[in-house]
Amino acid sequence: MSGTFLGMPAFPEAARKAVGDSTLRANLRHATHTIRDKRARAVAELDDWAALREAGKLIKDRTLRHLDTYLLQLEESVTAAGGTVHWAADAAEANRIVTELVRATGQTEVVKVKSMATQEIGLNEHLEAEGIAAYETDLAELIVQLGEDRPSHILVPAIHRNRGEIRDIFREKMGSWGRPAPEGLSDTPAELAEAARLHLREKFLRAKVGISGANFMVAETGTLVVVESEGNGRMCLTLPETLISVVGIEKVVPTWRDLEVFLQTLPRSSTAERMNPYTSTWTGTTDGDGPSAFHLVLLDNGRTDALADEVGRQALRCIRCSACLNVCPVYERAGGHAYGSVYPGPIGAILTPQLRGTASGIDASLPYASSLCGACYEVCPVAIDIPEVLVHLRERVAGEGGKGHRLERAAIEASTWVLDHPGVLAAGERLASRTRALHPRRLPGPGARQWSDHRDLPELPAEPFRDWWRKNRT
Amino acid sequence: MRVALFVTCVNDAVFPSTGVATVRLLERLGVTVDFPAAQSCCGQPQFNTGYRAQTEPLVRRTVRAFEGYEHVVTPSGSCAAMVRHHYPSFGTEAGALAPRVYELTEFLVDVLGVTDVGAYFPHRVTYHPSCHGLRLLGLGERPRRLLEAVKGLELVELPGAEECCGFGGTFAVKNPDVSAAMGADKITNALSTGAEVLCGADNSCLLHVGGMLRRQDAPLRALHLAEILASTEEEPWT
Ligand code: SF4
Repeated sequence: MSGTFLGMPAFPEAARKAVGDSTLRANLRHATHTIRDKRARAVAELDDWAALREAGKLIKDRTLRHLDTYLLQLEESVTAAGGTVHWAADAAEANRIVTELVRATGQTEVVKVKSMATQEIGLNEHLEAEGIAAYETDLAELIVQLGEDRPSHILVPAIHRNRGEIRDIFREKMGSWGRPAPEGLSDTPAELAEAARLHLREKFLRAKVGISGANFMVAETGTLVVVESEGNGRMCLTLPETLISVVGIEKVVPTWRDLEVFLQTLPRSSTAERMNPYTSTWTGTTDGDGPSAFHLVLLDNGRTDALADEVGRQALRCIRCSACLNVCPVYERAGGHAYGSVYPGPIGAILTPQLRGTASGIDASLPYASSLCGACYEVCPVAIDIPEVLVHLRERVAGEGGKGHRLERAAIEASTWVLDHPGVLAAGERLASRTRALHPRRLPGPGARQWSDHRDLPELPAEPFRDWWRKNRT
Repeated sequence: MRVALFVTCVNDAVFPSTGVATVRLLERLGVTVDFPAAQSCCGQPQFNTGYRAQTEPLVRRTVRAFEGYEHVVTPSGSCAAMVRHHYPSFGTEAGALAPRVYELTEFLVDVLGVTDVGAYFPHRVTYHPSCHGLRLLGLGERPRRLLEAVKGLELVELPGAEECCGFGGTFAVKNPDVSAAMGADKITNALSTGAEVLCGADNSCLLHVGGMLRRQDAPLRALHLAEILASTEEEPWT
């Protein structure tokens, strides 16, 4: 994944900063609560929501089971429609393919449609190192790019920014990337949008190469689908002469009929819209209409590893709607950056460790970044049981016995032994109860400190329940 | 009817009053209660932290302890959820316990068919539905219906009731800052109701929220639902 997240501290440490930042907390709370309430209303409108959710899950599962077949079918139909298909095993290969394709056009700049896959592979940074400028054209991505920032949400990458901050970024940075912000720019949404429109229009009209991802790829016809709200994506998909799409292999669906399900569940889950404002579809190339050259780069980058894991593979059903982020109480307080990946929130906590492995501190801490409250599973439009996968990945991390886990295993083994010997357990409980007058309300030492920094310990009872029972009922 | 009480390890050691209240309540409703002494912990903390192998002996012990009982009643939504949702993955014998375990409010409403248990508790109460009871067991309106039938009790809505309190087992220790921030918001919401009692059906969540309340000397105490339902005019629960 993207190098920009390298060297991130583990989740708890990164989250501590966010929890202490009251502006960020207020921005996130306001944004996530607004969108989660809207989503709940949009979903409640459909009588058949449960059936759509189940259908989405089954379609994705069946497709993943036969992924090889559908990918080959897709390759065949894209090729037949005039496109060229490239296969990339990892980020490095995908970046190299895209760079070569851009080079072949003789261009040194490209416009980009908002895309998670290209962020995952760190394409912009790679292109920049190769002397090619990549311009983000989604409004929120533009804010992130101009601010030399990182995205903190899948759908609303600048969710951590407020209007004042955005105005300052536009004023200070637009000039060095192209058309500067208008004089006296205010922080009203209309003026900010107009400034972005003028800045971007210049780029659209000049661009010869567009780079995108895709929300879906329809195997039967070789059609790619991008779902967006602004229309900026459509500019990039239609104006340039060459279009390069980098798409994860799990984005394939067999037929248009299958697509129909997701075009209902995705907008309602993500933006709480009944129908999506701009749905662009293209099939290879068409003479005199749109790009004359189309390249599809199919990206693995850890996906087949996830596919090999019977429990973990359900993460590949994800349609990146962000509903799980918007309901997550941990995301709401920790913010997106703490997850150290372009995929934040509950889906990031299960996807990132599968795509990147669990060797680094941040990746090994992600499966624990959840209270297992289950709110994510409840809203997920493809019914990914995120808590189940989290526990499964915890098993993997604990089994690897990395830093801190050896001690934890010893403690867990000791607790199991005591709990499996009720005589010992009862003796311990009794001892604790008898000496309760001596117990402090706060505990010293690491581990215990985490608990008693914020909470008092309960006063222990005079006797454990089993003693009460013996005295009163036997 | 004869049932086995699965008191849970947290209640046994830290909140025996919840166990006593459950016994008193069930007996008042004409149920004979057994307490199989071989019981211990269901294994949830080990399981949720990623130690499946270490969970197994506890699963086996729990299954053995409740052998032969058609109804096993527990005053803990998360322990009931552990048995119902995760025991089947430990083999058929363990899976056979799953449908026989009832969370207290399920047992009262679904098996005994009562919502008015004859309780008296003259206080302003707000209810926090713990996540595992809410989402894994689907307890729905059961706890609220039981509380509404309590004489003298004024039930006030908890804003953001369905949001997690931030306990999450080892989550509270592994991610202390986020956990405390979640708990603080839960408490702010609970205090805004003007209630005297924050009621829940899972003492592990109340251990966390109650501990934060005590630290702040807040005019609100956390109390398990069983203790409210056990309270009567003749024998008020304190
Ligand atoms: S995991 Fe589910 S809810 Fe979360 S982004 Fe993916 S599809 Fe949406």
